[in-house]
Amino acid sequence: MAKLISKSASERSRNAAPRREREELKMDVRTLIPSNGGDWLARFKDDWKSQVSALQKRFGADIVEVQMPPDHAVECPVIYVRPQAIVEVLRFVRSESGFEYGFLADLTAVDLMPEDPRFEVVYNLFSISKHWRIRLKVRARDGEMVPTATSVWPGANWAEREVWDMFGIKFSGHPDLRRILMDERWDGHPLRKDYPLKGYQIFPTPEPVKPELLE
Amino acid sequence: MKDAVKAPEVAAEKMPDRASWPQHYNVHFEKDPDDLWDESRMIVNIGPTHPAMHGALRMVAKLNGETIEKSYCQFGYTHRAKEKLGENRTYHQFVVYTDRLNYCSALLNNVAYSMSVERLMGIELPPRALWIRMMCCELARTIDHLICIGINAVDLGAFSFFLYGFHQREEAYTLIEKLAGSRLTTSYTRVGGLMADAPDGWEKEVKTWALRTRGVIDEMDRLLTGNRIWRRRTDGVGPFDKEMCLAYSYTGPNARAAGVDIDLRRDQPYLYYKEVEFDVPIAKTGDVFGRYTVRLEEIRQSLNILIQCADKIKKGPIWSEDKRVRIPDKDVVFNTMEGMIHHFKFFMTGFQVPAGEAYTCVEGGNGEIGFYIVSKGGPTAHRMRIRGPSVYHFQGLTPMVEGELLGDMVAALGSINVIAGELDR
Repeated sequence: MAKLISKSASERSRNAAPRREREELKMDVRTLIPSNGGDWLARFKDDWKSQVSALQKRFGADIVEVQMPPDHAVECPVIYVRPQAIVEVLRFVRSESGFEYGFLADLTAVDLMPEDPRFEVVYNLFSISKHWRIRLKVRARDGEMVPTATSVWPGANWAEREVWDMFGIKFSGHPDLRRILMDERWDGHPLRKDYPLKGYQIFPTPEPVKPELLE
Repeated sequence: MKDAVKAPEVAAEKMPDRASWPQHYNVHFEKDPDDLWDESRMIVNIGPTHPAMHGALRMVAKLNGETIEKSYCQFGYTHRAKEKLGENRTYHQFVVYTDRLNYCSALLNNVAYSMSVERLMGIELPPRALWIRMMCCELARTIDHLICIGINAVDLGAFSFFLYGFHQREEAYTLIEKLAGSRLTTSYTRVGGLMADAPDGWEKEVKTWALRTRGVIDEMDRLLTGNRIWRRRTDGVGPFDKEMCLAYSYTGPNARAAGVDIDLRRDQPYLYYKEVEFDVPIAKTGDVFGRYTVRLEEIRQSLNILIQCADKIKKGPIWSEDKRVRIPDKDVVFNTMEGMIHHFKFFMTGFQVPAGEAYTCVEGGNGEIGFYIVSKGGPTAHRMRIRGPSVYHFQGLTPMVEGELLGDMVAALGSINVIAGELDR
């Protein structure tokens, strides 16, 4: 205590600033919060490691990159998969013993505009029996097709339609790739980073009934 | 003396048999390319503004008589670009937008959103804030279920059942008003804390309300569950089995009604759900009646949790110690220069969230509410994905009602509890 007081003011301020920064930097998504699923996430470290190594063994070069929680700022493993192999990987993790990710929690995309493969399609998976979570990602350039996951989970249908509507990523083999939230006459894909924040597109009539969808 | 008037004898007119009916009794429809009639199939457009559709939803159905042969659904009529707003508003400003997702349980969305940002920042809350949040969750779940089964019953003609539930719901809203200052759009949570502490004796009021509601729920149960008309309208209607639930990503009471054993409160415990006792009700049938019974039982479990919370909650701080997210007290803001600057900086530029990404989800009123936030540092999110359960539930409506009667579609839609605010975002 006495030592601290004896330090000059300039010396103290020089020492204090980086120390505060260090403390703040430690607090991010890797900090396990007990009241926010921290205990739940801490249990799965070994399971995730063995799953990732099994996936890499099985699919080899199709697993492009793996991000694990303590090393990267993610809360569960993030596995980047080549677009050609994504359906096979999804089918594998869905039913293979030791994985059992039978539940597609969410399917969405992220626009990382200045980066080269501009889009990421994100699959958030959940295991109902083991309570694991995992995230698969596919990188896609603008105009590139991503294989559809509707053959694995029919429920991916609308989520993929929404990704097409909002980001303009097409899914090859999709049964019914139409816009879902916006009008079908809409121009542009609103969640792209280069889409303007203000503007109007007004249509005088509502979307008509489409009898061809009822065949 | 006059004779009593005798009624003339008239021979009862014989009903002609079907073969001898006039030709125009047998209705035929010519095939006309401009007409929506096709070999007695009829295309009906229900919605987007129709009393049977909950919110601005639209279903176009091809009917064979009264049976739905094929249908498709459309939505997006109340799309407000919430995900785009999430990328262009600070994390603090986005709290109010979460109320408008599932407006039947706004508090739950507030809690889910705040928790997802707190996970990105690594913030732990003090116990009182967590207990209050948990009570918010259960209050919101109760009123969400009450309105769902109530409206479902109204759709099928049982009005008094709805009023029993609605009265309790109004009282719950009064409790929420005491907590948050507003009834429907609460905006109660903040990142790293709560808007305000609960008033003195609030938890006792919640407990009294919960005990009273227990009795009302039993009364509602006796009123409707054994009712023969209700059973006829719901038993085996809108069936969605376990495999279909998994294929269509059903969560919450709708999945549990089909026997999927999933409840995030138990499976990935958050808040203090480990410290309270509750059961996860599961039905096997997967029909409208199963969803109704699961919701009714879940209300009872939520009331149990509320009573346990009211006993366990203690006085204490409601804000985390973290300086990054702590909103300065008004006393400090109005009386010191530093406080004023802090306040100004907080609300004008927002707080910095470290780079990272997380998918955080909680058990909402009608399923898994998740926020997938990608942060690249800075006061706004790079990507704010809102996973609303209603999207996946509404997607399953088409396979659910194919081959069912049109009137049963109304029952099925009411039972899966699709909320347009969450569906369209």
